[in-house]
Amino acid sequence: MGSTEFLKQKAAWVKRKTLEIHRIAPGIRIASALSCIEILTSLYYGKVLSYDPSDRYCENRDRLIISKAHGTVSFYPILADLGFFPPEELGRVGKAGAILGDIPDCSVPGYETVNGSLGHGLGVACGIALALKKRGRKEKVFVLSGDGELYEGSVWEAIMFAAHHHLGNLVLIIDNNKICMLDYCTKILNMEPLDVKFMAFNWKPTVVDGHDFEQLHPRLMAMKHEESDGPRVLIANTVKGKGVPRLERDSLCHIKALRPEEIDDLLLSQKD
Amino acid sequence: MDAIVIRDALIERIYEKMLDDDNIFFISADFGAPALDKLREKFGGRFINVGIAEQNLINISTGLALEGSIVFAYAIAPFLTMRAYEQLRTNLAIMSQVRDVNVNLIGVGSGLSYDVTGPTHHCLEDACIMNLLPNFVVFSPADHVTAERFVDYCLGVKKPKYIRLDGKAQPRIYHDADRLSMEEGFVELREGSEIGIVATGYMTHKALRVAEALSKRAMTAGVVDVFMLKPVNERKLYETLRKYPRLVTMEESFLRKGSLDTIVADLLLDNNHHPRFTRFGFKDRYVFDVGSREHLHKLNGLDEESIVAAILSKTSAESNPVGP
Repeated sequence: MGSTEFLKQKAAWVKRKTLEIHRIAPGIRIASALSCIEILTSLYYGKVLSYDPSDRYCENRDRLIISKAHGTVSFYPILADLGFFPPEELGRVGKAGAILGDIPDCSVPGYETVNGSLGHGLGVACGIALALKKRGRKEKVFVLSGDGELYEGSVWEAIMFAAHHHLGNLVLIIDNNKICMLDYCTKILNMEPLDVKFMAFNWKPTVVDGHDFEQLHPRLMAMKHEESDGPRVLIANTVKGKGVPRLERDSLCHIKALRPEEIDDLLLSQKD
Repeated sequence: MDAIVIRDALIERIYEKMLDDDNIFFISADFGAPALDKLREKFGGRFINVGIAEQNLINISTGLALEGSIVFAYAIAPFLTMRAYEQLRTNLAIMSQVRDVNVNLIGVGSGLSYDVTGPTHHCLEDACIMNLLPNFVVFSPADHVTAERFVDYCLGVKKPKYIRLDGKAQPRIYHDADRLSMEEGFVELREGSEIGIVATGYMTHKALRVAEALSKRAMTAGVVDVFMLKPVNERKLYETLRKYPRLVTMEESFLRKGSLDTIVADLLLDNNHHPRFTRFGFKDRYVFDVGSREHLHKLNGLDEESIVAAILSKTSAESNPVGP
């Protein structure tokens, strides 16, 4: 099996598991969680990142800062599968005594920081990247952010900082699903062209289809291994609610939950 | 009297520690001090100016600290605490319950230190809102000896801390630094029997003067300097305060919002102890008046004379009650 096929199969499994979690935890941001499955799958099953589930803060791990924490319940199945916590936890998300809630934080093994509030991840990641750079460490710092999160001014404070300090060990991945809570970003405050904005701030942008492993995975692998004298951003164009037609069409999908029977139909339809 | 700017003494002590430990960083939001010039020059790589960007100041500091560094984050007190409050809450208060985050916030200009610069630069909220955050240590020194002592404490305690510094030179209070116990958080500077004055920061100096004035009016007054607002050793503080039939608090903060007055009042209430109690601080409005710190204190009933008069008048009213 080619690596793309392998990643596709893994992504399909992650999606099924995410939908199963949604059935017991209706409050999760399912649409946002569906847009970044291929990104997270590439990073972990595609062996882009170094990590050690038995020693979550080991020095030679790459740091992944998940800044759009609310939209990464799809990361739970991956973490459980890799051994960060027992798989049984996936069956009790949001229940009394569970370690997993609707929005993850650093109390969940595999999550580095607290990001229920948006606009913090990149700045904290800059501090981590600076510390690693000053110590001559080779580990990389990846950040997963939403595009709507770029409205937070603190993000641009960090964007300026990263470029000024030549943080070549820092990679920002934007899950560019183009929808905020209430509408399309182009209608709220248009930030396009995003790549040009990053270039103007002395970042190196690349734009890929965030659901296409053949574009996404090699690019992430290159960002992990190539040397850079400045920060890099991967603008991954994605679809919010990917794979669920009702969500894909809806500008309000961020706050929509699927009915249990809808989830059952979706699970049945992608059993293979 | 050796009046020293607490900020300068603090920076000098941090400088000394940075010589020994290359894991210490000093991050500024484009805020300086004469004493900082030497540090900037010596430790170019470990002094970082993030620009006028307090939110990023906290986030960068957090990242460095998550990698095991000891970080001093430096800015003017009102902007450090209030512009970046949500960063303090999320990345320091919340995060530090799970992970070690040794970030030490140095807020310069607490209270009315920056007297003539108006309400944006006055800082009457910081003690209240910083006491609010779980997992934070809140430190409010009255002199440079106390502040220097705190630097040593910062290196060993891997928690977020806020130190509120006066912007002006203040006389030395502690000639024996060993009197300062970080575990207790307060010192009874002067013992009395009729009235206990509990103060913090700049107002500790005034409390000593008020106590002196009262003693001339035949009232023996004790003074307790609370330099650690959080955590203060509540049991020991109560044991110290319970002997006073009358207690007053003095601080450059808004009142009844979680600062020193609230800490003392709650402590008394929790122990079902009810001495005569008066709070001196700022009422629920901002100060737009222009003038020196003492002028502004006078306008707000916080000059030495007004405080002494208020205490004497309350005492006399209570000993000669009009009734029924």
